[in-house]
Amino acid sequence: MRRAFPRGLVAAAAASALVLSACGNSDDNGGGGDSGGSQPASVKLGFMGDLTGENSGIVIPPKNGAQMAIDEYNATNPATKIELKTYDSQGVPEQATALAQQALNTDKIVGLIGPAFSGESQQVGPILEEGEIPSISASATNATLAEKGWKYWHRILPGDRIQGTGIGEFISRAFTAKKVFVIHDNQDYSKGIADFVTAALKDKGVTVETDVIDPKASDYSSTVNKVKPANADAIFYGGYYAQAGPLLKQLREAGVKTRFLSGDGSLDAGLAKGAGGTNADGAVVGCPCLVDPTGVSNEASKKFSEAYKAKYKTAPAIYSAEGYDAASAFIAAIKAGKTTPKDINTFLSTLDQPGVTKQIKFGPNGEPAGGDVFVYLFKGPNYTLLGNSKDAKVG
Amino acid sequence: MFSNFVNQFWPATVDGLSLGAIYALVALGYTMVYGVLRLINFAHSEIFMIGTVAALFTVTKIGVSAPLAGFSLLGMLVLLAVVSAVVSGGAAVVLEYVAYRPLRRRGASRLAALISAIGASLFLQQLFALTVIPRLFDRPQEGGRLPVQSPNWVERSDAISIGDFVVRNDKLLIVIAAVLMMLGLDQFVRRTKLGRGIRATAQDPETAVLMGVNIDRIVTATFAIGGAMAGVAAALYLMRFESTNYFVGFLLGIKAFTAAVLGGIGNLRGALVGGFLLGLIELYGSVLFGSEWRDVVAFSVLVLVLMFRPSGILGESLQRARA
Amino acid sequence: MSSKVGNPVGRAVDRTRDLWAEAPRWARWVVYLVLIVGAVLLPSRAIGSIMTPDSDWPTVLFYPIGVYILLAIGLNVVVGQAGLLDLGYVAFFAVGGYMMAVLGTRWGWSFWEILVLGTMAAALSGVLLGAPTLRLRGDYLAIVTLGFGEIVRKVAENTDYIGGPRGIAGIPHPPNLSRFEIFGVRPLRYGVLDPRPYYYLLLVLIVLVIVFAKRLENSRVGRSWAAIREDEDAAELMGVPTFRFKLAAFAIGASIGGATGVVWAGKVISIIPNNFPFILSATILAAVVLGGSGNIPGVMFGAFLIAWLPERFRGLQDYRVLSFGAVLVLMMILRPEGILPSRRRRAELAEGGGGSGHLGAEGAAPAASPDPGTAVATR
Repeated sequence: MRRAFPRGLVAAAAASALVLSACGNSDDNGGGGDSGGSQPASVKLGFMGDLTGENSGIVIPPKNGAQMAIDEYNATNPATKIELKTYDSQGVPEQATALAQQALNTDKIVGLIGPAFSGESQQVGPILEEGEIPSISASATNATLAEKGWKYWHRILPGDRIQGTGIGEFISRAFTAKKVFVIHDNQDYSKGIADFVTAALKDKGVTVETDVIDPKASDYSSTVNKVKPANADAIFYGGYYAQAGPLLKQLREAGVKTRFLSGDGSLDAGLAKGAGGTNADGAVVGCPCLVDPTGVSNEASKKFSEAYKAKYKTAPAIYSAEGYDAASAFIAAIKAGKTTPKDINTFLSTLDQPGVTKQIKFGPNGEPAGGDVFVYLFKGPNYTLLGNSKDAKVG
Repeated sequence: MFSNFVNQFWPATVDGLSLGAIYALVALGYTMVYGVLRLINFAHSEIFMIGTVAALFTVTKIGVSAPLAGFSLLGMLVLLAVVSAVVSGGAAVVLEYVAYRPLRRRGASRLAALISAIGASLFLQQLFALTVIPRLFDRPQEGGRLPVQSPNWVERSDAISIGDFVVRNDKLLIVIAAVLMMLGLDQFVRRTKLGRGIRATAQDPETAVLMGVNIDRIVTATFAIGGAMAGVAAALYLMRFESTNYFVGFLLGIKAFTAAVLGGIGNLRGALVGGFLLGLIELYGSVLFGSEWRDVVAFSVLVLVLMFRPSGILGESLQRARA
Repeated sequence: MSSKVGNPVGRAVDRTRDLWAEAPRWARWVVYLVLIVGAVLLPSRAIGSIMTPDSDWPTVLFYPIGVYILLAIGLNVVVGQAGLLDLGYVAFFAVGGYMMAVLGTRWGWSFWEILVLGTMAAALSGVLLGAPTLRLRGDYLAIVTLGFGEIVRKVAENTDYIGGPRGIAGIPHPPNLSRFEIFGVRPLRYGVLDPRPYYYLLLVLIVLVIVFAKRLENSRVGRSWAAIREDEDAAELMGVPTFRFKLAAFAIGASIGGATGVVWAGKVISIIPNNFPFILSATILAAVVLGGSGNIPGVMFGAFLIAWLPERFRGLQDYRVLSFGAVLVLMMILRPEGILPSRRRRAELAEGGGGSGHLGAEGAAPAASPDPGTAVATR
């Protein structure tokens, strides 16, 4: 209590100073070092996302990736060390806003990796924008985020529009589909991706039928009953693997043999587990992310995978490489001596360096310059990279 | 829209009945506890969840090399039903002892008991997500929230196939089992001494006490039976879906309670009628309006039914109606 | 039967309340003033570093604390005062939130206009829900309101005009009233970074609603609610138009929920249907019962605890909800009438049957008797 009080007072003074200076000179160097212009001994980066909640399975890998990049950097004994502070929003926007304020006012981070999901990004984005803190998300893919005119917001992988279009075109090309059944679970992310896939398919003249499942329910029979007589050439499911698996199981058990496809939310070995038996064999999942442990696409990817495996005793999973790249972008800025949020943000806009997943380069709206969608094929308990959705073939 | 309905009428009917059968068995627990205590036992959904976990654990431990069919499937189902009925029944009794009995002793309001029930429900969900499921199935802690799968132990085949009318073996088994359980319970409540005690307590607790009924014993028995029914439902559920998670009871519990109210809460036969009806409404509603309107249709029908029959379709017959 | 509670905390609370009941008018006003000044100073970071060291205190003070308190006061009108069990209260919060989102983004209305309209729209939805269903008895009403809450959420999910599952983003903030500044706060400038002006807005609303609810409680309406709560049939026989008063309780409770929704949506920038789950209704109900159904300071305290504890113990991560559930059970066992129960309610409970009634079999097993088998019925 005695320690907490004066520290609180200092924080209060600092906070009101921040509010007073409003939108202006934030030459406050964030890291708590001296303000004489020399390099601070350390700065703080934040990582925000669902670390303990329902979808933590797709947020912990990018956190590990980011942590690895920062540990590697700190091990080189740089002038300015980086401390990674995690903010567990559990994916809940209300919690994310409170944590963002905390990161801004009390912890004085110079940059944020995250927020992981699109819903929380919608609400945290304006706070970071006004607080002038640059952010790079490794997994928030909602298309509208890039259309807000935010100057401090970036993401390392392309949004749902690119992903959905990529998958849609892939379905019509690779399977010469004439009729596709699109299913989603009527949630924020799922409907977004399903709508873009639908639009891309219709552009190619494909007929689309649609139905919805309830992610909280376990009986999808009403949807199965609709898919069965539709005789589609492919089924696309927009949503997470926790539902995709059981849905696929129920479809197969009802005798539906149609090819099953899904988006990045289902790129997890859990899909095969949930589907049971060999039901997931042949399922194809598209993702703007690169999971390439054997280095099919490039050498950096292989090196990254080996280092990751050595550190965490597990293979890299969805978005781990993206988390690594997001952290690398910040590290590049700090290496270049940019230690204030504003300088870092200016640096990010000119950054152009090779990363594990792609060339790290941001457009003026914060979107990554490259926009490749990769497709993965399920076989047995896991999936393998097929290649770029533009030219990949399914055997 | 209506051509869909004609095309999908039989599949929707079969799936509606097999879904409704599970609702009905779970609804029994709500209806019995409500009849005796006037309490919405919100944590009953977690009793069901515990049953599914028990059944899944058992079938995993036994280990099944190939999917079962015929009598071996039936045997396994009975075994799982017995295991999860015992576990769920026991859990329900413990739940009553910890979360409700002290409140009864203090003469707490039903509202307080409802909050205690919600608290117990949250507690049990998290307990399973955080410790029980990760330990039982040897998963890292963050995996406790993800669905757990059983080995594939059910060989699915068509038991009946007459033209469009096709019924898969597991769906048929569910409906038959639910009806059998219901008939058994009905006879039990009508004919045995304990059953008479339950009916007497439901009708008028004060007089029942004067007549020498031991209320605590009756309440324990009510929870045990309701829990066991949820356990049987859990085994049937596992046969159908071969997977569970800590959250599985939530929506199913709300639906089962809706089914109990629809049929007339406190009324055992009402639970059966309400369950089957709700299952059919959901499936027919999905065909007619799209699956996204499933719950909206179900709840709208509930409101409509209650407007015209304020105490459900069959009324409250386990006891006389009272405020 | 004595209504005094056995444990020392309960006794201390009772003594304070006796003191309060006998306090002169001026003393009460002094206390009110101190409370309001205290509430104004509350968002200070010094307090925050103790209250929520892992999160931003002023933000937490707005949501969940402030929002939960206001919702609890609103639900208390329905549950605590009129004795109607509502399990879908979140629906009215959603109506307010969506009014703000739709009218603000599509039609360009200003926050203040929407506040009025949203409150009215929520009241109307309360009447629409209540008119066909309020003739139902206790638990049937509970399941119907629960269904209504789910229907509202599902309809929002399925309606493209209001964004479907993606909801509505870019909700405008309230217009700035003045750039006036005091101690580094601009309490009337509604920006993005500083949550305190929103907290003050909520505070004003809370004070107004308390005054309103208090006056209602002591009016003819409040007395009729008490009569309905204790014995609806008797009230009807005595000439109380019970249906009309129950409908009024629903409409008033709903309008408070709606107003809260408008203010909340005015801060949060984007809303989605999943912001309004059933568990939020249950949480607010828990706040009301935990605090002491029927007593405004009680429900406020209950809402504060339920909103604050999980934020305070963020360090416990996952175990928050687990302990929350256990605390609910424990509190109901130790103090089933709530932490600060309404004295009138407590008297009703002691008489038996008051409010929403006893557990069925309890009538035969009163608290005083250790062996229900030999108990003599008390009614």
